[in-house]
Amino acid sequence: MTVRPNEPKDRMQGIPVSPGIIIGKAHLVDRSTVQILYQYLIDEKQIAGEVERFEHALRTTEKQLETLKNKMPEHVKEHSFILDSHLMILKDSMLCDSTIRRIQEERINAEWALKKSFHEIRKIFAQIDDDYISNRIQDVESVSERILRNLSGEMQENLAEIRERVIIVAHDLSPADTTELNISKVMGFITDVGGQTSHTAIMAQALEIPAVVGLEAASERISDGELLIVDGSTGEVVINPDDADIIRYQEKQLQHEKYKSTIAKISHLPAETPDGYRIAIKANIEFLEEVAAVRDHGAEGIGLYRTEFLYLRSKGLPTEEELFNDYREVAEIMAPDPVTIRTLDLGGDKFASQIDIVNEMNPAMGLRAIRLCLREPGLFRTQLRAILRASIFGRVQLMFPMISGVQEVLEVKEILNAVKQELDGEGIIYDENMPVGVMIEIPSAVTISDLLTRHVDFFSIGTNDLIQYALAIDRVNEHVAYMYQPFHPAILRMIRQVVQEGRKAGIKISLCGEMAGDPLCTPILLGLGLDELSLNARSIPLVKTIVRSIPLKQARHDFKQVLQLNTAKEVRDYLLKRMKKLIPELGERGFFPA
Amino acid sequence: MISSETDMEKKKVLKISNNLGLHARAAGKIVALANQFESRLFLSKENEEVDGSSILSILTLSCPKGTEIKAKIVGQDSEAFMERLTELFANKFGEDA
Repeated sequence: MTVRPNEPKDRMQGIPVSPGIIIGKAHLVDRSTVQILYQYLIDEKQIAGEVERFEHALRTTEKQLETLKNKMPEHVKEHSFILDSHLMILKDSMLCDSTIRRIQEERINAEWALKKSFHEIRKIFAQIDDDYISNRIQDVESVSERILRNLSGEMQENLAEIRERVIIVAHDLSPADTTELNISKVMGFITDVGGQTSHTAIMAQALEIPAVVGLEAASERISDGELLIVDGSTGEVVINPDDADIIRYQEKQLQHEKYKSTIAKISHLPAETPDGYRIAIKANIEFLEEVAAVRDHGAEGIGLYRTEFLYLRSKGLPTEEELFNDYREVAEIMAPDPVTIRTLDLGGDKFASQIDIVNEMNPAMGLRAIRLCLREPGLFRTQLRAILRASIFGRVQLMFPMISGVQEVLEVKEILNAVKQELDGEGIIYDENMPVGVMIEIPSAVTISDLLTRHVDFFSIGTNDLIQYALAIDRVNEHVAYMYQPFHPAILRMIRQVVQEGRKAGIKISLCGEMAGDPLCTPILLGLGLDELSLNARSIPLVKTIVRSIPLKQARHDFKQVLQLNTAKEVRDYLLKRMKKLIPELGERGFFPA
Repeated sequence: MISSETDMEKKKVLKISNNLGLHARAAGKIVALANQFESRLFLSKENEEVDGSSILSILTLSCPKGTEIKAKIVGQDSEAFMERLTELFANKFGEDA
């Protein structure tokens, strides 16, 4: 409702989460902003009509929810409870009766009345001590939004249908929103909320498009179609820039691109040490659209394809066909380089709404990843079928997350064999020699890595979780986050043990956590004798630069030295000193802290 | 446990004995049951009474395991309704098998 005389220039400062500069038009996707425009008073004669309009929207919403429920695949039918509870909320007196009463008594339109009812429920829920119950307000919000969309007569704003390249402006973007985006039309993101680790940040970094979050009121101050400059390196956003701004930022933009192309040149050279040791550098990806960037950065394959993304959409669980098409495309684009597909690692904060799981006290140690797949064999088999079918379109490797012991490997392999037989029976071909490996990310798996080598073709050490589990540190708990130390002597010894056992058995060993992309870690990972590193595509040029500068002999020496040290800090200080000496130009360019 | 009641009105104190307490799924089962009967269900904890056909209202009671809540059913088929409701609570809402 704000009036905007002459559309004055305006500046905002947020948190930069993905570098780069873009100049383009705003596309507002925030729904609540739109709804404010729909707030008006009605007169007595309109009351009956307004109530009927609301009831009609309720019926439409009910039909939509019933349709969604019926479309759920057979093997997850038991989880249709979520939709059942949405249907109950839809008919709940706290939401409906109170909305109708407001229309009648306060003489306000249905949208406004519904919003008021929702806010009242939210107030009540906020007072509930039990977090699990108070969080159910999200279900109420989801139902309310659906009713609102049906009231305004417009279909759910379809992010997939954006036609021209735009800058997405939103209060917040949920994983469901972003899965529906037509990525090629998005220049960048800016949001009111969020921080370094928000979903928007991770998404933008992976896509290598600029993003600024935490702008607080961007979705209120910016109108649809306004010209914006977004600087993802500094967090600046300019609304309605003047010519001088545009010229200044275009110059900055040019310099940034130049810098990117300089380091990109390094990335296409092999990761080979001056004394001739080759280590494979691969990329971690989360969704199909990243594959192009992976190639540009010189990755020699995908070392970790996280497959959770398709399960996080709002549309419902992906079908075998959808999964197959996705995996096939990745395999085809990357061929002849290998693609390691990790089976579903859902759990913790990433639960798909379709899989109904009770709130867990300790989700990192709860029912997730391979545990969930073994409990939901239908879900698991669908994914395995899709991966097997895709395997003939490139070089696909299969990897299971969160393995804690041999028993789980035997169980998953039994399911895998059953699925293979099923495909044989249907006359569907697949790569019979597809390598099968496991993530080493639970301390027990490290301890029995000698036993595990008998059952798999490769290991991939997932350091993010391994550090968390080995040091008993909750990564997202701000009070103990400082104890999350990749250089902890225990972690270095664990990695060494896995590499030694893998070597003895002659299987390949990869490392795919954040450590793989940390330039300070590169010398010791080289010295450890890993076969491959899989990392964020953006870090590949830097890691390759380091590999190409340090002789293997030197790296082995450094690793031996580091093993003698007592604390993570000593290790870090040692490595920092070595790196500054070995590759001074990197230090000067600000790649390491002073 | 049974206090004063008439043919039209049944009252009973029920204990929540499933591990998760009265969460969304359990509350949903109560509402689904309530929808099968003509009679109206009221649930109360301490001095707060809510409509037993409203999932949101039930949730706001916030009942962990061990909570005792009073159920009051008013209407023609209150007896049959109370029987089924008692069963549902005794079965721990079909959980903790």
